[in-house]
Amino acid sequence: MSKTRKITVNALTRVEGEGSLHVRVDGDVVEDVRLNIYEPPRFFEAFLRDRSIEEVPDITARICGICPVAYQMTSVHAMESALGIAVTPEVRQLRRLLYCGEWIESHALHIFMLNAPDFFDCDSGIELAKMFPDHVQAGLQIKQAGNSILEILGGRAIHPVNVRIGGFHRMPSCSELNTLLSPLQSALDAAVKAADWIEQFEFPTLEIACELVAVRHPEEYAMNEGVIASNRYPSIHAAEYERHFLEDQVAHSTALHSSRREHDTPYFVGPLARLTLNRNRLFPTARSVADRTYPIAEVHNRFRSIQARIIEVIHSLEEAIAIIRAYQFSANPSMPYQPKSGWGCAVTEAPRGLIYHAYEITDDGLVKASKIVPPTSQNQRQIETDLHNLLPPLLQDDDQTIAMQCEKLIRCYDPCISCSTHFLTLNLDRR
Amino acid sequence: MNALPTAQKKRMAVFKFASCDGCQLSLLNCEDELLALADQVEILHFLELTSRVQPGPFDLTLVEGSISTNKDIERIREIRRQSRVLVTIGACATSGGIQSLRNWADHDEYLQCVYARPEYIDSLATSTAISQHVKVDFELRGCPVNNQQLLQVIIAFLHERRPSIPSHSVCLDCKRRGVVCIAITQGKPCLGPVTQSGCGAICPAYDRACYGCFGPAAQANPRPLSQHYTSHGVTKREMIHQLRNMNAASEVFQIESDRLETKTGSKPPK
Repeated sequence: MSKTRKITVNALTRVEGEGSLHVRVDGDVVEDVRLNIYEPPRFFEAFLRDRSIEEVPDITARICGICPVAYQMTSVHAMESALGIAVTPEVRQLRRLLYCGEWIESHALHIFMLNAPDFFDCDSGIELAKMFPDHVQAGLQIKQAGNSILEILGGRAIHPVNVRIGGFHRMPSCSELNTLLSPLQSALDAAVKAADWIEQFEFPTLEIACELVAVRHPEEYAMNEGVIASNRYPSIHAAEYERHFLEDQVAHSTALHSSRREHDTPYFVGPLARLTLNRNRLFPTARSVADRTYPIAEVHNRFRSIQARIIEVIHSLEEAIAIIRAYQFSANPSMPYQPKSGWGCAVTEAPRGLIYHAYEITDDGLVKASKIVPPTSQNQRQIETDLHNLLPPLLQDDDQTIAMQCEKLIRCYDPCISCSTHFLTLNLDRR
Repeated sequence: MNALPTAQKKRMAVFKFASCDGCQLSLLNCEDELLALADQVEILHFLELTSRVQPGPFDLTLVEGSISTNKDIERIREIRRQSRVLVTIGACATSGGIQSLRNWADHDEYLQCVYARPEYIDSLATSTAISQHVKVDFELRGCPVNNQQLLQVIIAFLHERRPSIPSHSVCLDCKRRGVVCIAITQGKPCLGPVTQSGCGAICPAYDRACYGCFGPAAQANPRPLSQHYTSHGVTKREMIHQLRNMNAASEVFQIESDRLETKTGSKPPK
C-alpha cells in the first residue's frame, strides 16, 4: 500500500488574491503540481456587454486594485483601435506617465513589502523594516512617489478616474505636474541605492529556460505600445495574439490557463521577460544600474525578478521626470469620435506582465463582446512547470520547508490572482 | 498617529472575499502611517501583508469583498464568530460590488459566457453585501475606500469609540473644492447629489460626472434626480447604468434603477 502524506499550509500569502497549491509526490517523483485559484469568479466579460464603451475604463479598473491603470488603459487602447482613434502626442506621453506611476507603486509594494522579506526569512515587510528600517522606509517613499503620479494625473491612486477613450477628461496643469519632480528625484536616488542593496541578496540558483514574452517597441521601453516579442519565436502584432496564444479552462482554477497554441507550451511574462527583451531601451541611469548589477546573459532565474523590478522602477522614475520636464499644457484633453461598429484589441505591459484586451463594439457605442487575458493566467502554467523543477531536490525536507520554498518561487511572479478571476493551501500528497 | 491608551495591543485581522484587493491595498498605501500602525496592533491575519497567520479571536476585523460563493457564506459566519468588532470596507463588502451586476442577469448564461466548463465553478447567482449574512458593526464605503478614512475607522475602534465619517453628499465637497457644477453647466448625469462624500469630489474636479463609487449618501433620494436628468436629455438606459456601477445593489440605488427599468419594461433583479 502506498503511503500518502498530506500537507496543508493555509494561505498563499503576500500575493494579491487567493489560491492554493496541490502537489502529488510518489516516492521521489513529482507527479502533479496544481496551482489552484479559487478566487470567486466576477464575470467582467459578461457584464461588460451592453454597457456604453465610455463606461468600460471605470469598470475594467475594478478587475485589479493593484494594477487598475493596466486594465483601464488596455481596454481604452483596444477600443481606440476598434474606433480608429489616434491620440495626440501630449496624451500619449501622459499615458506613459500614468503607466510609470503604476509600475513604480506596484513594483515598490512587491519589492519591499512582499518579495524582499523572503530573502531574509521574514514573514512580512513590517518585520523586514525592523532589520532594515532605512531600506524599507525608502521603499515606501518610492511607492508613495508612484502613487502621487496616479493621484495628480488620475485623481486617485486606486481606480483613477481621468482616463477616457480618446485621451483624458482633463489635462493636468504644468504646476500640478511640477510638484511631482522633487519627490520623484528623491525616489530615483533611493531606488538606485535600493538596487545596490538588492544586488547583494542571495539568489537561489534556479535557471529554468523558457519562452519569455513581452511587448517590444522600436524606441521605448515598451509599456503601452508595440509588437509581442519572444526570445523563441518571431514577433507578432497584437491583432494576431489569439491566433498564437490559447486560453483554456482547467478544473482546478477559476483563472483560465494560457499556452502557445501551436506548440502547447507555457510561456513567461513579466519584468524578467521585459528586461531580457528590452534592455537596450532603458533610460540611462536604469541602463547603467542594469549593467552594474544584472547579468548580461538571458536571465531565467525567477528569483532575480526582484532585480528586474527595481531596474524598471528606476527606469519609470527617470522617464516620469523626463515626461514632466518636457510637458506643455494642451487645452485639448481628448479626441472627439463617433461610435461605429468594429473590433479592436491591444496589448500593454501591466506591472506583472503582458495583458491583452479585445472588444467588439456596436454602431451605437455599446460593448458587444470582450476578451480580457490578465498576466497571471498567462503565467499560471509556467508557474506549475517551474514548481515541477523546483521540487525534486527539496523532497527530503519537511513539509513546511517545502511549502515555504514553493511560496517563495510563486511570489517571484508577483501573481495577481484576483484579476484572474486567495489562501495558499499546499496539499502535498506523498505516496 | 494617536498612541493607544493601553499597553495591551489589539488583535487585528483583514479578510478578503470577492473583490479587486484595492481596499486592503488602501491600507498598504498609508505609506506614512503603515509602520506606526503595525507597531500598535497585533496583526493576526492579513494574507496580502504577512505570511504569519494566527487564529482568532480578533478585536477588530476588516472585511473586504462580497459574498458570491457557498463556501464564502460559511467563511464569513466563522469570521464573525471570531470577531469582536467587524468592519466592512469598500463597495464590494458594503453593497455587493461591481460583480453584483449578475443579480440582474441570467447567472448560468454568465457562467457560460466566461467559462467553457461552468460545472467546475462554485458561484452563487447573486453577489451580496456582508451585512446580508452577518451582523456588521460599521460599514466604510468607497470603491476604493479613502485610506485616511480607513485609518480613522481603525483608530476609532482601537480606542473603542464609533468612527465619525461624514455621510453628506459629494456636492458639498465639490463646492468646497471650488468646482463648477457639471450637472448644471454641462447637463451630465452626475450622481454627486446622491453619493456619499469621501472621494474628495474627484470626478467633477476632473471634469466628468460622478459615477457613485462611494454609494448613496445619507437620506439620498435619487428619484427626483433621475427624473430631472431623464427629462433633460439623458436616456433611461444611461441613467440606469449610472446607478448600476460599483454600488448597483445598494438599496437606494437599486430601487431607483429598478423603477427606471420597470418603466422601460425590463425585469427586476433576483
